[in-house]
Amino acid sequence: MNAKAIVVTSGKGGVGKTTTTANVGAALARLGEKVCVIDTDVGLRNLDVVMGLEGRVVYDLIDVFEGRCKLRQAIIRDKRVDTLHLLATSQTRDKSALSEERMRETVRALLEDEGFDRVLIDSPAGIESGFQTAASAASGALVVVNPEVSSVRDADRIIGLLEAREIPEVRLIINRLRPEMVKRGDMLEVDDVLEILGVKLIGIVPEDERILISTNIGSPASLEEGGPKVAAGAAFRDIARRIRGEDVAYPSFEQPKGIFAGLRRVFGAG
Amino acid sequence: MLRNLFGRNKSKDQLKERLKLVLSYDRAKLSPGSMEELKGELLTVIKKYFPSDDGDYDVKVEQQGDRMVLVANLPVNAS
Repeated sequence: MNAKAIVVTSGKGGVGKTTTTANVGAALARLGEKVCVIDTDVGLRNLDVVMGLEGRVVYDLIDVFEGRCKLRQAIIRDKRVDTLHLLATSQTRDKSALSEERMRETVRALLEDEGFDRVLIDSPAGIESGFQTAASAASGALVVVNPEVSSVRDADRIIGLLEAREIPEVRLIINRLRPEMVKRGDMLEVDDVLEILGVKLIGIVPEDERILISTNIGSPASLEEGGPKVAAGAAFRDIARRIRGEDVAYPSFEQPKGIFAGLRRVFGAG
Repeated sequence: MLRNLFGRNKSKDQLKERLKLVLSYDRAKLSPGSMEELKGELLTVIKKYFPSDDGDYDVKVEQQGDRMVLVANLPVNAS
């Protein structure tokens, strides 16, 4: 993707926007990009806890917007990957504190003045002002969708709104795919979702309980090295490489002895 | 009904059909209810010009390329 500022959005809540932002951001940083992830869900701050950086938040995005601190003071550098940074949102304010103009100015300053290579903007759920503000500074979008009825419908709505904003690069991440349900014909397969939504795919992330475990301990799964391999973590790393323009093949989810069957066996043995 | 849910029909195929239909209405910013009204009104007009006709009318919103199109199939009885 050419876009340096990418909004992560979905319409529906709970489909994995924040997890995707944290994991793709961490994976991009691991690949050497100077990355800033921004939480724009004012009043419902979560990107900080998912990344395990909650103890270090002093100033937030709204403090920057309202001039209570300099942009640089609000940026938290991740100690695990020193190219990864977080700009947290306010937990005490509401969405009326957001401003499209200030959002655009903040993202411009991050890219041009602070030397960031990539900014990932975690959008709140919904299609109201919070989403609109998050999208206003973006030239690319990652639409996160789960293969189920309400998430696909909401994703379609969001894609329409992103197109209305003339965001040039809109890409789809199918999250929480359950290969065994797809095999039984009880879950939409990747091609079904692509046919319905008509957007270019950039990632398929299988349902993986280790994602929950990684958020329990505040360590993005895509950062895990050495430990047991996490299928979803690998999928997020693949997405980061595709964002950077690499042609990364998709693992097959439909063959009974495909990569995930193999990984499950490894987990079972370990 | 139960056979539909658990029988040979894969649930994902049903979901796909439902999604295609609901999204075509969403994209056209039209509720399925107003489509029924539109159908009824069209029928009234058609009957005015073809009084003897009791044809099988089909009105729906359809995606054609990147446009949503209202497609009305209104057979008129010449006899």
